[in-house]
Amino acid sequence: MIASGCTAGAERFGSYLKLATLATFLIPIVGFSAFAQENSVVSADSVAVATVAPVTSLVVEDYRYDDGENLALTWVPSIDDQPVGGKVVGYEIFQITDSGEPEKIADVLPGVSSFLATGLHAGASYRFYVTARAETSSAPSVISAALTPHREWINWGLWNLMLTALVVGGSVMFFIETARRGHELFVRKIAGLEAVDEAIGRATEMGRPILYIPGIQDMDDVQTLASLTILGRVAEHAATYDIRIRMPVSRSLVMTAARETIKAAYQAAGRPDAYNEDMVNYVTDEQFGYVAAVDGIMVRERPATVFLLGAFFAESLILAETGNSVGAIQIAGTARPAQLPFFIAACDFTLIGEELFAASAYLSGEPKSLGSLKGQDVGKGVAMVAIVLGVVAATLYALTGAAWLQAFGDWLVAMFTIAS
Amino acid sequence: MDHLGLWIAGFLTLGIYSFLYRDNPWYKLSESIFIGVSAGYWVVTEFWQNFVGKFWDQKGDDPWLWIGAVLGLMMLMRLFPKIGWISRWPLAFVVGATSGFWMMNYLTTNCMAQVQATIIPLLGLGYEASAVMIFSNIVLVVGTFCGVAYFFFSKAHTGVFGATARVGVWTIMVTFGAMFALTIMNRMSLLIGRTSFIFGEWLGLIR
Repeated sequence: MIASGCTAGAERFGSYLKLATLATFLIPIVGFSAFAQENSVVSADSVAVATVAPVTSLVVEDYRYDDGENLALTWVPSIDDQPVGGKVVGYEIFQITDSGEPEKIADVLPGVSSFLATGLHAGASYRFYVTARAETSSAPSVISAALTPHREWINWGLWNLMLTALVVGGSVMFFIETARRGHELFVRKIAGLEAVDEAIGRATEMGRPILYIPGIQDMDDVQTLASLTILGRVAEHAATYDIRIRMPVSRSLVMTAARETIKAAYQAAGRPDAYNEDMVNYVTDEQFGYVAAVDGIMVRERPATVFLLGAFFAESLILAETGNSVGAIQIAGTARPAQLPFFIAACDFTLIGEELFAASAYLSGEPKSLGSLKGQDVGKGVAMVAIVLGVVAATLYALTGAAWLQAFGDWLVAMFTIAS
Repeated sequence: MDHLGLWIAGFLTLGIYSFLYRDNPWYKLSESIFIGVSAGYWVVTEFWQNFVGKFWDQKGDDPWLWIGAVLGLMMLMRLFPKIGWISRWPLAFVVGATSGFWMMNYLTTNCMAQVQATIIPLLGLGYEASAVMIFSNIVLVVGTFCGVAYFFFSKAHTGVFGATARVGVWTIMVTFGAMFALTIMNRMSLLIGRTSFIFGEWLGLIR
């Protein structure tokens, strides 16, 4: 590979051969005969005075498990690259694309012996050389053989992630099928969800609207998706009992999805005529502009029930406190740990973390949702067993020093380690 | 002109703070200006950063961008009631793709990385750990295990399992207490920032 690289380099840079001849005179003087053989193809401007040894053993390999955009370079640093008294002040990395001209793509520090060339294209071929740079001179390495980066469709480095996904996904499918066949799947009671019907009933009795806040993130946040699922259930109840829903949103896409959700819920409740698009309205994407508007709605319309379900940030306490001040019963839920303390302090019921995601299954009782929840529980069960086994093995190993315990513990850790 | 801007900013800041007393016309005015200006700002930002920056300027380099453009156009079909149903397709695409993307993300960060970090020896290798470290390790392992037990929905919280889940929720609540205090400190900095603006930049009382 290196030989073919040298040949190609010689054809491309024939004019440099004269300088290579000069190098063969200079190198014995400094006593680097091995360097002389490898340095037969060099750049014109760098070997005028070759007083620094070049890097050797330049290897270019395809970077595994990428989209064909990267190549990995490794080399043995110049022998003049020493921490104390070394001549090398850095390395320059040159890239030759197809049959083009060399182009410097990076400078790296002395002591560095690897580099990842990025931003490449899967169809093109690339050659590289690394120039060792001293204060007054420089020396290029041989030019690597042409290499084309390849695209891999499956990242086998993440096999354990795939296994976990298959276990959880397979469990989900199994339980969905089980539920479809009419088997009853048990789900424990969730206090916050039990309160949903109570909160809707309160709005009915008081004749006041329900205010539904789905957080301030867009549809690419899973908490917003979970919130809209619960919205469907709430809207169905609201349609049945003829309660007005008020839903200001901060994202246009959420507005569209929420309108679809409420419309479908009203149709399911047999009240399509009662649906009104103005139930959901866009306010602004600006975080505190949205908060100002929602606070205004709360104090002017005085909703009987406030749902704060989704992704919240600094606005969580402002919204929850305002809702509390108008006497609304508040049901909140988010997976953002930093905001949960505020909801717990200021709201009547709070769905903590995954309870938000479990809500849809619990409320709807649909096979798909229940199967999904049960499948996730299988994943949690596996995690709990792994924690117990791993901790016991690691602790016993610390006490006894038994090698098999260490091997077992290491294997368990490897099972849950994600390759970078 | 700078002074005028400062006075407007100060007037609107106090207008928003007047909500602490009660809803009033000053707050309503400040709220309306805030919402209107921010919505307009976002329209301009979205147009130049997303449509122009991410699509129009790069449409020739990356043909995949046209798929996004077509989906965006389909979304706008909502403006025409007769063919409004077309907008459901890009919405379904966004929801489906997002779910798939986040599933891997959550499995990695919320599941596997947590389990890996919890597999530790309680006593420390070769009894080298200090008493504080051993206590810390036990809290970490027991807290994590019991916390996961709390979020296990397939079993009722009764008996031994219920006690385990209770320990889990206590651990969670203690954590929330610490986070509450930390976040309050961050929120105080927001208040100090606006107070500094009013008494410093605007009124010049703080130099």
